[in-house]
Amino acid sequence: MDAQGTSQGPILPPAGVVHGPLGWLRANLFSTPFNSLLTVLCLYLLWITVPPLINWAIIDATVSGTDRTACAGASGACWTFVKMRFGQFIYGLYPIEERWRVNVVFAVGILLVLAALSPRVPGKLWSGGAFVFVFPVLAYVLLGGGLGLPVVETRLWGGLMLTLVVATTATVVSLPLGIILALARSSRMPIVKGTAVVFIEVVRGVPMITVLFMASVMLPLFLPPGMNFDKLMRALIGISLFASAYMAEVIRGGLQAIPRGQIEAAQALGLNYTRTMGLIVLPQALKLVIPGIVNSFISLFKDTTLVAIIGLFDLLGMVQTASTNPEWLGSSVEGYVFAAFVFGCFCLAMSRYSQALERRLETGHRRR
Amino acid sequence: MNRITKLALATLTTITLAGAAQASTLDDVKKKGFVQCGVSQGLAGFSSPDDKGNWSGLDVDLCRAVAAAVFGNPQAVKFTSLSAKERFTALQSGEIDVLSRNSTYTIGRDTSLGLDFVAVNYYDGQGFIVHKSLGVKSAKELNGASICTETGTTTELNIADYFRSHKMEYKAIAFSNNDEAVAAYDAGRCDVYTTDQSGLYANRLKMAKPEENIVLPDIISKEPLGPVVRHGDNQWGDIVRWAHFAMVTGEEMGITSANAKDMLKSENPEIRRLLGVDDNLGQGMGLPKEWAFNILSQVGNYAESFERNVGAKSPLGIARGLNALWSQGGLQYAPPAR
Repeated sequence: MDAQGTSQGPILPPAGVVHGPLGWLRANLFSTPFNSLLTVLCLYLLWITVPPLINWAIIDATVSGTDRTACAGASGACWTFVKMRFGQFIYGLYPIEERWRVNVVFAVGILLVLAALSPRVPGKLWSGGAFVFVFPVLAYVLLGGGLGLPVVETRLWGGLMLTLVVATTATVVSLPLGIILALARSSRMPIVKGTAVVFIEVVRGVPMITVLFMASVMLPLFLPPGMNFDKLMRALIGISLFASAYMAEVIRGGLQAIPRGQIEAAQALGLNYTRTMGLIVLPQALKLVIPGIVNSFISLFKDTTLVAIIGLFDLLGMVQTASTNPEWLGSSVEGYVFAAFVFGCFCLAMSRYSQALERRLETGHRRR
Repeated sequence: MNRITKLALATLTTITLAGAAQASTLDDVKKKGFVQCGVSQGLAGFSSPDDKGNWSGLDVDLCRAVAAAVFGNPQAVKFTSLSAKERFTALQSGEIDVLSRNSTYTIGRDTSLGLDFVAVNYYDGQGFIVHKSLGVKSAKELNGASICTETGTTTELNIADYFRSHKMEYKAIAFSNNDEAVAAYDAGRCDVYTTDQSGLYANRLKMAKPEENIVLPDIISKEPLGPVVRHGDNQWGDIVRWAHFAMVTGEEMGITSANAKDMLKSENPEIRRLLGVDDNLGQGMGLPKEWAFNILSQVGNYAESFERNVGAKSPLGIARGLNALWSQGGLQYAPPAR
């Protein structure tokens, strides 16, 4: 029908419907007595929690000064602690004069990730490939040292930098390894299938803390004395294998959702196994399980805080350690709020990106 | 733990130790040029990194003393942070040379882990903190008090024993973690909060008005904290033990980091022997004769280290108490240096 109206005049909205903010309020917040009650209750909860929070975090907070004496007598948050220890929260105990190396790695990493993830930039293959194959080498040399740069041992790595190193490594390793494991598990070859099943079930059957303890406490006892793998390396391998097992099951869920007819059609066209999987099955399967994959990544990102129990200082561990300094005893709340904020930002970004990706790859399968 | 697991662990430890004992730790340390020291993940006053990432604390000073004795350089130390659960393994596997991580010296740990506790650099023990307004001066006046504590720790059992043996009543309010217990005490839910005394001083700083609370002088349990080395390398054990004793002897003789150079000219034969002027006491440990001079001039004596890290000159403000010299009513006693 024509929206312009007819010769009799413009179309008027139906009577009895109130538009504008008032209408929205009535429709969404006060549609039934029960909803009205809930609305009032929520408003009351917000009223008793938000103003004190704002008072504490912003109005009464202290940011000036360089030690806790600046915060003496103030009733609000002592952000001076976060300000003074900000460098440590980001870089851990990394030597101050070498921190530029971490910045370079951050900058290159962010550029590559943006280029690989943003739909407007062409050359996905190049930026993605560089991120997966070239970037780790660059990061390893820049962060660890060598090639003329002073060596910085991994026990000095820490803070957000360590969190990102662990999360990125585990992410980059677990996706391809997870795909391989998922394909192996749905394979018809008994040895391949058996190996994948045993690996996935064993790794999924133990808690992450156990894996980390095995890597950091038991493994050194089995090795000859004097031969010590780097502690961070042990943790990275443990976490990556752990994440791969979970990833494999997420991806297998996607594989099972692809109708058998797709594979048969591909075979009828004369495609071999690699092409059937690479061109027909995996693209559809992976698209289906994007929420699951991102879910795994987010939970992996937060699980990296567990490395604190083997003596590595991730962001959270660094906050805890910094607040045990006699100078800053009792400032832990501000540190935790800061850590929560940083973790929240990263997880929100991942979640938003995955939603955008789902919309972009939408081909009409989604049920509304 | 069943028998097979125990056997496997014992075998494992033996193999590891047999291997580790072949090379002398001192030679290894000299070869790599630094002492690898295991410390905590942050414990106020004992080991924690400052704004620049430099470690400091009472436990850290002991590692620096060992480095000063071996290399004449207190900075020749690398610190590895260890959680409570992995600390002994890290020492057994050779990842670290000495563990200086507020570890309690017990017979079980000393005899069955393949490790040796070589000294006690801090005598800790469970104590009580009370609100000043309560007007209590001693733990014996705590009859009928309500006590905030942490569940599942020995502190709970210790207060039960203490109050029963003194025929007093109390009401325990247990919390699942330490911060909650402190907050509850601070909010006035109980009259007393109890944990190890060094922890009381650290937790006092977290309270709203630290000066309104006092730590009672009574100590009701033994928690001797000290450095640990691998079993079987007695030379290295001697070095760590005497690094601590040198600091204690330094305090006894009044040698400080400030006056150590002048003390070289002292007439006192004991001082001359310790500082290596007349004698070479380091020889038996494979150390240079100025080992003790290096410790005292570069790290300082025990009193300096104590006051700087946990004592009056630090925010913690812990009294010397049990950690005073034996001649001043404490337990810190070093065998004679001769």
